[in-house]
Amino acid sequence: MAFFLESLFGGLMAGMLYSLVALGFVLIFKASGVFNFAQGAMVLFAALAMARFSTWVPQWIGIESLILANAIAFVLAAALMWVVAWLIERLVLRHLVNQEGVTLLMATLGITYFLDGLGQTLFGSNIYAINVGMPKDPVFLMESTFPGGVLINLEDVYAACIAALLVGALSLFFQKTSTGRALRAVADDHQAAQSIGIALNRIWVIVWFVAGVTALVAGIIWGSKLGVQFSLTTLALRALPVVILGGLTSVPGAIIGGLIIGVGEKLSEVYLGPFVGGGIEIWFAYVLALVFLLFRPQGLFGEKIIDRV
Amino acid sequence: MFYRENGQFKTSYRADQQIFPIDQDRWLVLALLAVVCLVVPALASDYLLRAILVPFLILALAAIGVNVLVGYCGQISMGSGAFMAMGAYMAYNSLVRVDGMPLIVALLIGGLCATVFGVLFGLPSLRVKGLYLAVATLAAQFFADWMFLRVKWFTNDSPSGSVSVSNLQLMGWSIDTPVEKYLFCLGFVVVFAWLAKNLVRSAIGREWMAIRDMDVAAAVIGIRPMYAKLTAFAVSSFIIGVAGGLWAFVHLGAWEPAAFGVERSFQLLFMIIIGGLGSIVGAFFGAAFIVLLPIFLNQSLPVLGALVGVSISTTGVAHAEAMVFGALIVWFLIVEPHGLGRLWALGKQKMRTWPFPH
Repeated sequence: MAFFLESLFGGLMAGMLYSLVALGFVLIFKASGVFNFAQGAMVLFAALAMARFSTWVPQWIGIESLILANAIAFVLAAALMWVVAWLIERLVLRHLVNQEGVTLLMATLGITYFLDGLGQTLFGSNIYAINVGMPKDPVFLMESTFPGGVLINLEDVYAACIAALLVGALSLFFQKTSTGRALRAVADDHQAAQSIGIALNRIWVIVWFVAGVTALVAGIIWGSKLGVQFSLTTLALRALPVVILGGLTSVPGAIIGGLIIGVGEKLSEVYLGPFVGGGIEIWFAYVLALVFLLFRPQGLFGEKIIDRV
Repeated sequence: MFYRENGQFKTSYRADQQIFPIDQDRWLVLALLAVVCLVVPALASDYLLRAILVPFLILALAAIGVNVLVGYCGQISMGSGAFMAMGAYMAYNSLVRVDGMPLIVALLIGGLCATVFGVLFGLPSLRVKGLYLAVATLAAQFFADWMFLRVKWFTNDSPSGSVSVSNLQLMGWSIDTPVEKYLFCLGFVVVFAWLAKNLVRSAIGREWMAIRDMDVAAAVIGIRPMYAKLTAFAVSSFIIGVAGGLWAFVHLGAWEPAAFGVERSFQLLFMIIIGGLGSIVGAFFGAAFIVLLPIFLNQSLPVLGALVGVSISTTGVAHAEAMVFGALIVWFLIVEPHGLGRLWALGKQKMRTWPFPH
């Protein structure tokens, strides 16, 4: 039982992080109809920027405080993501308005290659550490209930809290600010939003920037766990089943889908993996999503697809 | 001036429906065939054949297969690498497990197994559409990656997981020099390109295109979506599977599952997008572009760097290559979203009506 709970918690933590990446996908898809394959590359790019700035900033201006250095690095990395978002809108999206979905998807694959190359040219291609002061020690919970207790990584708990905070902040931003309202209007209906004077181009930059910030947070959390390295880009492929499971157009779907996929792949690896030789978590997530899709083709919370001739 | 159909009168329906209705086109294609069959093997260097022409031919064949599914039937698939892998491994298994198995039969068995696999993973397309389907086909990709790595039967219990074939024989003729490999692949490509071109012009091809353009409307006029979609998956994965077998046997010789990873699927999608969706000749253009571009960048970037006085390290070149590749893809999609195939068709039309275009 304790072991089951440990796997369950591990799955939930991983799922929280998938949700963060999936959130980036959903935000961009809702606002601009682009299926953004570059989300994984954005995670790597943002994490590389964060890792390097946090070592460079103390050297440049000579501050000792870890928190201050990290804060400045975070602001710099976020600013860099703004520049990336602006450039993508300016140079790519603006010219591809009204193209088919698959063309846009291919364009984001092109952006993926570009960002991978650019990030590693600017910041180097070694493995870097991000230290934002998250505790690394495991703790035992519920020792009175189970013999030996349940082993929980404190780092994971912090990560989940940060992810939850970010999701909360985002939903506040969407519900309470005028920019957030504009974003929701664009997501509902492009033409109607444009006709009441919302500038689509500006909205696209904002939404890519918000996706960039979620990528940055996801990158920091994964980077401080595993080190910032090229394999972070595969995070996008891990998060894809989450997006289609939850529905391409639903923010709550991304979060709940993330938790389902996280728990599903962890439990399948632990309980099913030994029988078939292990390593099944990546395709199991996809098959899980596929089975869901057979019953609900638009995902759990996606908008119902209505075909008209 | 010299390229037009003036004076070429068609007296039968058959004559009117030829693949190349204009005489000049037919001569051009015959001349091109003569050049690639006779002149190229005589003149091309071993490096050119081995590193450029053979990969180009095989990937063009695979791109034709992907184009049948994505370009003609409109079902976006990102699992092409898995179909190639299935073709390669099953061809390998039938070659090593059955005594005296002829090479061509082994490759075709690989293609048939890929067909079964493709139809199986094509089943969700009956329910799931568009981008949801694109992501769902990635399930095939990751499942195949895992299966060929972990299930020992497919690799004939080889301890390292990599398998190899040597001494390819075709009815007593052993295929080992680059020229022979080139001709062997060329034969496959010509036959399959011809078959595919005829297939997409036939009744079934028109059904695929109707499904692509609007599936509900197609169903209303009596096209069975299930039949049309699954045949597209079957034909496409058969061609891709044969291409996978060729890629493994002729080009690589020894391979691991990583040779057919998700990057391969993306590469094939790039080819048909750049070449043009729904165009057989576009598959060749796209394959040429994607095969040549990295080689060209690899050669030219250090030279360019030296010109401006910067020496670029090997990893620097790799990163710069990725950047230029990505930027070129995006640029290409912006300036010509319908691909090189469309440019080719436009050019031909311009020539035909020159000098009075109206």
